[in-house]
Amino acid sequence: MRLIRNALVQCLAVLLLALAVLLAVRPPIPASLLTFYLAVIGVGLGVYITATTERMESFWRPLHALLILDRLRPARWGVLLALPVLAAGQTAWSLLPTRQAPATLRVIHPAPPTQIRFEGRSINLREARNPLRAAKASEPRAFAAHVETGRRVYYQNCFQCHGDNLAGDGPFAHAFNPRPANFQDLGTIAQLQESYLFWRIAKGGPGLPPESAPGRSAMPRWEGRLSEEEIWAVILFLYEMTGHPPRTWD
Amino acid sequence: MAKPCRNAHGLWLSPATGGWALAAGSLLPALSVLAAEVAAGPAYRAFPWIGSRVAVWIAAEVHLMFAAFVLGVPLFAVIVELGGMLTREARYDRLAKEFSKLVTLATSITAIWGGILLFLLVTLYPRFWNYLAGVFLPTLWVYPLLFLLELISIYLYYYSWDRLPGGAGKWLHVGLGVWLNGVGTALLVLANAWATFMMTPGGLNPATGELVSLWAAVSNYAWMPINIHRLVANVTFGGAIAAAYAAFKFMAARSAEERAHYDWMGYVGMMIAMWSFLGLPFAGYWLMREIYAYDQTMGITMMGGFLSWVWIIQAVVISVLFLGLNYYMWCGLERIAGGERYQPFIKYLLAVLVLGVLVWATPHSLVVTPEEVARMGGTHHKVFGVLGVMSAKMTAVNLMILASAIGFLFYRRANKIATHSRARLLGALQVATFGGAIVFIVYLGIDGYFVPPIVRVEQYSVWQVLAVLAAIVVTAAIDLVLFRHCRFIGPIHWGRMAPRSQYALVLVAVTFTWLMGLMGYVRSASRQHWHVDKILEDTSPDAFSPTLGFAANIVSLCTALFLGLVLLIFWINSLTEARAARPTAGAAAVPPGSAAAD
Repeated sequence: MRLIRNALVQCLAVLLLALAVLLAVRPPIPASLLTFYLAVIGVGLGVYITATTERMESFWRPLHALLILDRLRPARWGVLLALPVLAAGQTAWSLLPTRQAPATLRVIHPAPPTQIRFEGRSINLREARNPLRAAKASEPRAFAAHVETGRRVYYQNCFQCHGDNLAGDGPFAHAFNPRPANFQDLGTIAQLQESYLFWRIAKGGPGLPPESAPGRSAMPRWEGRLSEEEIWAVILFLYEMTGHPPRTWD
Repeated sequence: MAKPCRNAHGLWLSPATGGWALAAGSLLPALSVLAAEVAAGPAYRAFPWIGSRVAVWIAAEVHLMFAAFVLGVPLFAVIVELGGMLTREARYDRLAKEFSKLVTLATSITAIWGGILLFLLVTLYPRFWNYLAGVFLPTLWVYPLLFLLELISIYLYYYSWDRLPGGAGKWLHVGLGVWLNGVGTALLVLANAWATFMMTPGGLNPATGELVSLWAAVSNYAWMPINIHRLVANVTFGGAIAAAYAAFKFMAARSAEERAHYDWMGYVGMMIAMWSFLGLPFAGYWLMREIYAYDQTMGITMMGGFLSWVWIIQAVVISVLFLGLNYYMWCGLERIAGGERYQPFIKYLLAVLVLGVLVWATPHSLVVTPEEVARMGGTHHKVFGVLGVMSAKMTAVNLMILASAIGFLFYRRANKIATHSRARLLGALQVATFGGAIVFIVYLGIDGYFVPPIVRVEQYSVWQVLAVLAAIVVTAAIDLVLFRHCRFIGPIHWGRMAPRSQYALVLVAVTFTWLMGLMGYVRSASRQHWHVDKILEDTSPDAFSPTLGFAANIVSLCTALFLGLVLLIFWINSLTEARAARPTAGAAAVPPGSAAAD
């Protein structure tokens, strides 16, 4: 009981529990995120220990005893030797050659340019609106026809990668790294304006800015294959099918 | 200017506050001569060693930090003075005067850095300066006059303190303080117009770039959100620096009275910093909303593009502030008789704060290896990916604010026992209010994933904020009733504070300074290769975005410069104090054992 009340024991228990929970998560958490989470929890524990003098003393008591008591000499030597050995082991481990490419910070949704050229014409992405969306309120039949056009375009050109249900799991999807975007995910098209999607569809992977590492997206450039209206129509379809409304500021 | 000239980008901070130096009155003739020369002269000149951009960056940032301090401290100094007048407690008056003294010392350094910034802008970026002066010419005439008024008001406010000690004279002095703050706020909003115009310009003919409306140029998209954001942030910053000053004095104190006084001063500074700080995230959301409304490209550049990781750094840094401020408060329970009753709750509040940090700082774009991407089945993690978007972060921040407010209530009642006849009911009401707010915030946070972004941004985020504010106001009001005629367990032992708590105050001040620098960088960097967004392009050799690491180094350098100069001010202040008589215990100083907590 006395052991459980000790702040050092409590902190170690929390840290180990947090580590166990984070390691149990599936799919595995990226190492960068795991390290960050553990660091924050560690800082939190530091705050917890030092917030009261009594707890701080409770935390240091076993460490102090370890450093000065004669009866703990073997344990002291064990710890003092284990620390540099662990540090050396970690250093050696991190220096081992690996086949894995280094971790990268890829910007998933890079900032679009203000203006793009599409089939020889300038389109201002800041002001561009989906011209077919206006029909939703005024001409429901025409709107349904546009969505239908979008559906046709999608299943002729896009579903192989983005999937039947727009979840980024089409038959080709597993061959790509990074995987095609999952439109059902709340972190993708639900966060974006329609003009952004127009840019991404029209210009594809080759049109990505440097921070998104051009060439790492297999998305083709659809300019020249799809007309402007077809692109706007497929955008309508994506939002209608997923149920996500596009980001607007009106 | 008939056609927008292709031009600069690297002005990391606005030239806005450069006008400080105009107050000296000596720069106006020089400016007009230079302005006439630039039409035929070069667009840019080079600065030796560090380059023009970094030179302007440092001058602007350090100047801005001092300006924030000089404008922020009088805002609460006058409130503290008024409090002292109404409660007839001399310690408040002494505290307000001490705050003001720091301002008078810092004002001259502010002006010097403003002068440096202005000379650098005019000489290194003459074409840009010429353009901005052309758009804002009338304001450049008003600004130095305002500054002159500010300068006179600051000195008059401080030096008339002892000459207007009581009665009508004291009211006049408080009125002078209010006037000083009015002038200071006018300066702030005017300078903000220049800064925000560079970012979200308005009032221009889109085809020619010529000015159509000066008012529209001033009241551009980002102007009002920045005004509010900076006004509040200046108070926070001023409070944090004043608290660090108190910590410095506390640790150097040689008597119990001195320690008690500076412990109390640190507490007041920290409270000012904390309560104003809680309002900052709300002002920040508004600013970002306006930026997105102005141009999604700029919004995505900041939040999702190459600057997105700065927001993760920001989340970590603000988390340090949350933890630092709460930590100080928790340490403070030890100096209050009865405070030990609330210490067991610290772990729960800390758990909310730590979980909040984990959610807030979870990035949307992860740093991953190709193998990790393959294992996750995509670039987003199926479990933690949902934490990378606004709904989760808004919820986390609001819960962190509520946890801080609950912590403060614990602190406030630490040495009190409620004797109200309906104490149980009132206590239950407080619990129900906090509980209701938490449930409501979490509900909106979850539902926020399933509503259009416009609803999330314009309605849910506002409701969450209102729920937090309502909970804080209602529970504080109940607390006032609950403990109006309470029984005190014992005194607050001012001065009996662990040194580690004072380091927390210093940490908060350093962190806040660094955060200001970082956010200044983000705001300016969002323009990328433009001096004035989409109007005046940067064609200088510095027309590229530096790496985040480089930016962080410059921000650190600015922070070190600012804090070094602040330390110099503290030291100069201590020289004058050494000659003055020490305060007598009991009269002006806080008694080491006092029941007052607020």
